[in-house]
Amino acid sequence: MANQDENKEGIGGMINPRRYGIERVAYLLMRLSGLGLLAYFIGHIYETSSILKGQIGWNEFLAITQTNAGHAILAIVIAMCVFHTVNGIRVMLGHGGVGVGKPARPDYPYIPASQNIRHKMGIYSAIILAAIAMMYGLAVMFGE
Amino acid sequence: MAQTPTLAEESGSTPFSSSQSITLRIARYNPQHDSVKSFMEFQIPYEKWTTVLEAILEVKKHFDHSVAVRYSCRQATCGSCGMIINGKPRLACFTKISELNSNVITVEPMNNFPIIRDLAVKFDRLFDTHHKIKPYLIRNDTEITTNTKEFLQSPEELEQYIQFSNCIKCGLCNSACPTMATDSSFVGPQALAQAYRYVADSRDKGKDNRLKIIDDSHGIWRCHFAGSCSQVCPKGVDPAMGIQLLRGYMLGFRS
Repeated sequence: MANQDENKEGIGGMINPRRYGIERVAYLLMRLSGLGLLAYFIGHIYETSSILKGQIGWNEFLAITQTNAGHAILAIVIAMCVFHTVNGIRVMLGHGGVGVGKPARPDYPYIPASQNIRHKMGIYSAIILAAIAMMYGLAVMFGE
Repeated sequence: MAQTPTLAEESGSTPFSSSQSITLRIARYNPQHDSVKSFMEFQIPYEKWTTVLEAILEVKKHFDHSVAVRYSCRQATCGSCGMIINGKPRLACFTKISELNSNVITVEPMNNFPIIRDLAVKFDRLFDTHHKIKPYLIRNDTEITTNTKEFLQSPEELEQYIQFSNCIKCGLCNSACPTMATDSSFVGPQALAQAYRYVADSRDKGKDNRLKIIDDSHGIWRCHFAGSCSQVCPKGVDPAMGIQLLRGYMLGFRS
């Protein structure tokens, strides 16, 4: 009954991107890409540690990344990396109070200045650049 | 639990004479004896100016007086009637049925607040966190003892915080916040925006004191600038802006 009593939305509410516009979509993608990159980082350390087993072990492990599934995972990693970087720069600037607008007397219908076109452009740019980078990665890996 | 009586049966007793009607779904939940939320449905006629609060009050008047809802001013000033209306936190008195563009209106208690009953939620934590950031001017002198008698302020200095003093403590921002959805200890956008309101006030001398309070693992650093708080604010406060500007002080971007 504790959760019901507190009436918290929980993780389901936190990751629901449908109600609050592109900013909430960016919030979700930032979290997913962060977790994905963390998982990749751990996997990458594990993979590179296989060199301790000698050249054969290293080559066997490296062969996994040369499969179709390996290429697809690497393409997703490229997209996550680009999105996380570009959107991260936007968020870091915002966290410093840069580009969030200036306080002023609000007029109805109260369009929040912090959700301005520069931030929206930043989010769309991050998504588009991530898509381009992923497609380029796919073209390089599958294009041979 | 569904009943669909119509107001037409109550002829002459309703102020709404429109032929248009909506289905109003009201969440019912009493934490003392219910284990899950249920919904009751009512057919309510409406005019283009009818608000969701008026529709709920029609239900109380004609169908079920036991529906629990908190309200007072009916003009978006008291901040009492915040609730989830068709999935988003809004003030019931400030939301017209006609602007929702839906034949079904679902009202639920605000998320991230403990439920008292039905649509009424507890505000204890909101008021506690609001009080925690010391929502008053901090100075050593007072207007009574100082020679100037009043603390003068230029219009430009007023502009720095006046937007944030519009807060009516309705809790919609806390209900929309994704961090509040999972972190029970987070200070929340309402209190953080109010911290900025006083930090930015040229008459206030308690900046360091307040920054110390919010410099906590469940304080300002848990805000990730999703901006949902600003999108639901019915008074144009823009808590997301206040929080980022406040963080600018802590990161040294502002002084």
